[in-house]
Amino acid sequence: MHETRSHETTSIEPGTKGETPARRPARRRRIDMRALSPFIALAVLLVLGAFTSPVFLSVENLTNVATRASFIAIIAVGATFVIAAGGLDLSVGSMAALTAGVMILAMNAVGGADVSTIAIGMAVALGVALACGLFNGLVVTFGRIEPFIVTLGGMGIYRALVVFLAAGGTITMTDWDLRETYRPIYFGDVLGVPIPVIVFLVVAAVAAVVLYKTPFGRHVVAIGSNEDVARFSGVPIRRVRTLTYVIQGLCVGIAILVYVPRLGSATPTTGLLWELQAITAVVIGGTALKGGTPFVWGTVVGALILELVANIMVLSDFVSEYLVGAVQGAIIIIAMLVQRSLQRGR
Amino acid sequence: MAPVLSARDISKSFGPVEVLGGIDLDLEPGRVHAVIGENGAGKSTLMRILSGHLPATRGRLLLDGEEVRFSDPVAAERAGIVLVHQEILLAPDLTVAQNLFLGREPRRGLFADDAAMERRAAAALAELGADIAPDAPVRRLSIAERQLAQIARALVEPYRVVILDEPTAVLTPIESEALFAAIDRLRGTGVAILYISHRLPEVKRIADTITVLRDGRHVATRPAAELEPLDMARLMVGRELSRLFPEKAFAAPDAPVLLEAERVSVPGFAEDVSFTVRAGEILGFGGLIGAGRSEVFEGVMGLRKRSGTVRIDGRPLHASGAGEALDAGLAYLSEDRKGKGLLLNQSLAANLTLAALARFTRGAFIDAQAERRALDHAFEEFDIRAGSRELLAGELSGGNQQKLLIAKMMLLEPRIVVFDEPTRGIDIGTKQQIYAFVAALAAQGKAVVVISSEMPELIGLAHRVIVMRHGRIAGEVAGARLTEQDIVTLATGVGEGAAAAA
Ligand SMILES: Nc1ncnc2c1ncn2[C@@H]1O[C@H](COP(=O)(O)OP(=O)(O)OP(=O)(O)O)[C@@H](O)[C@H]1O
Ligand SMILES: [Mg+2]
Repeated sequence: MHETRSHETTSIEPGTKGETPARRPARRRRIDMRALSPFIALAVLLVLGAFTSPVFLSVENLTNVATRASFIAIIAVGATFVIAAGGLDLSVGSMAALTAGVMILAMNAVGGADVSTIAIGMAVALGVALACGLFNGLVVTFGRIEPFIVTLGGMGIYRALVVFLAAGGTITMTDWDLRETYRPIYFGDVLGVPIPVIVFLVVAAVAAVVLYKTPFGRHVVAIGSNEDVARFSGVPIRRVRTLTYVIQGLCVGIAILVYVPRLGSATPTTGLLWELQAITAVVIGGTALKGGTPFVWGTVVGALILELVANIMVLSDFVSEYLVGAVQGAIIIIAMLVQRSLQRGR
Repeated sequence: MAPVLSARDISKSFGPVEVLGGIDLDLEPGRVHAVIGENGAGKSTLMRILSGHLPATRGRLLLDGEEVRFSDPVAAERAGIVLVHQEILLAPDLTVAQNLFLGREPRRGLFADDAAMERRAAAALAELGADIAPDAPVRRLSIAERQLAQIARALVEPYRVVILDEPTAVLTPIESEALFAAIDRLRGTGVAILYISHRLPEVKRIADTITVLRDGRHVATRPAAELEPLDMARLMVGRELSRLFPEKAFAAPDAPVLLEAERVSVPGFAEDVSFTVRAGEILGFGGLIGAGRSEVFEGVMGLRKRSGTVRIDGRPLHASGAGEALDAGLAYLSEDRKGKGLLLNQSLAANLTLAALARFTRGAFIDAQAERRALDHAFEEFDIRAGSRELLAGELSGGNQQKLLIAKMMLLEPRIVVFDEPTRGIDIGTKQQIYAFVAALAAQGKAVVVISSEMPELIGLAHRVIVMRHGRIAGEVAGARLTEQDIVTLATGVGEGAAAAA
């Protein structure tokens, strides 16, 4: 959508007042390389993958990849808000585990195997995730503590709570009929498109509209670009900033709604390192870590790239798949280098 | 005398827009060469090319007659050419001394020699008459102090060419004098100085040679002795300029008080400041740098912690943030337009509508079309000049950024407007436009406050002027006592006894 700054071509009539007559009127179409580069990287990966294995380009393989990428994609869309406003949330992985654990416990407690049980579970999950996000946001804004520290603390707290609730073991959905009812949310599809993919596309589309078309989104970008300017312009800094963390919480909650039916359980290692993957997806997507330039669709592509890399490594046998983490780590560094060089080029 | 540095046929384009075309310039040792021109004429761009910050699209640079090419500013500095930027570019968390020697720290063994740095920094600052501790972090300095520190950076090494891009824009006359003295000493030692300023009397005073640019073209190069400020202005704008200040409209003494401050204190900056502004009145605020004028108004706006009472239309205003003040009809245009005024890395339209975004919505969404119309209108009303409307705010020339900031705040249709250094870095033609605009606001019955370090501006615009010193109100002048002499006396506290006796 609005990934390039050049979405509107305003042509400037020659001789308009305010135009310096000596200069040629400029129709300036700026293709922002930063917005394009994740899409180019995606295309390159697809070509690369096609060469490594004949099954790679099969519809089945690609839908699989997209489905598996959906959790990180949804969470990373939330992270795009936080990072665009100049913040950071390291707690999303733990938050995801806690949300999944509480959701399952709630459904087990309610009992029954019909849709209403699931609806209650979903409400509880969203409630937990929103509460975690709100907590992060309020401590950052009203406590005036660095988001790095606050969410590092949150990361520890939420993780410990899961371990505690699971008593060190696993929290599982006890009712097999309920599992059957819930299953399609992860494994089902509409016209061949897996439901998790539909969910992340909808989340991204809504996020893009909120970020690019509403005053709130404009305020997020303003705060991330220069908080002082935003303050002097009357932007309600604390409210906007807190809301970015709440949105992050909401996204974690939604991701968990599609995650739980996949395995039907939560363990102390659920969501481990998701925060790193989410941040990586955001950065690969072209959003600057220092805030101010969010690219929602870039983020989604970033999440797909991470999953594609893993997929290609599994399918091919040049590199051991145990090294997936190393390659993903290398990608974030390369993405930063590319961003840096594009910035210089301007 | 043979020039140290020459530019031959220098041109520069950004995309399809040519902002400089075929410029020739010769800098001679021991001479001050001033470059003047309207906002956006291309002065800063030319300076950035001479000092290795930007590559030219076409043309050559000659150093001692030999062609040179600077890959970056460090290469130019090594060749003895240094640029003091129009914008302030210092690392806020480092100390003044560390900034002055950034990238070329004197060493003792393996370690940076902090003591030596601070000694030499102190000497350079003293030469500028600046009372700044070399070990103070830059974050704590005011804009003017930062500017002085930035200039000092060009003095700590023996450069052959020193380029000063609007060094006095943020300085008051007293600090400017100290700078001129430093420039005179540099000139005496055979340094070539390139000097940019919109203050034409100052150019007359300091320059040996003057080059005028208009719309990226060379218009004239003349000995300074041949040009009076009025001639310079004519060459810059290409037409005859009428008088600078508009007629002062009558301000009814019984008009309603729109803004009232009672014993406002801003911890660390200002104490016990009380004043009122009536509808139709222009109230000036004078004083030296560091007198606390901007801080008082940031406090009034609720952007800083403050005590005391502020009333708008008699209703108290809490110190809860700018939102409440803006809603109540009080707008403050910060002197620090890059740090507090505009989002440099965002589009012109996004900047324009940021404060008044609520007026640009249709349902829950931003009305992009309305934004674009507002931008067109702002370009017209405020005569903003840019090669394209798709630029980022940071790519506008300094003066045009100021016009954009004014346009942004005027979208709120405020009834009380506080201009903090409204014409800083603005060319003479535009100054005239801004003065006319300020006077028109007052004539429409708005209450206007102008904070300025330029005496003629205060005297030419304001009905009365409050002068601050060391965070307190030192006095108020109006009518026949509205003179430079009286303002300076109050601002410095020198000769106060005599003034009081008069
Ligand atoms: N990076 C950029 N991209 C596009 N245009 C630019 C860029 N930098 C400067 N310009 C344009 O070049 C022109 C000249 O700008 P410059 O800053 O040199 O003017 P100036 O004479 O220094 O003006 P001022 O007195 O306001 O400082 C302006 O129209 C400006 O918008
Ligand atoms: Mg300039």
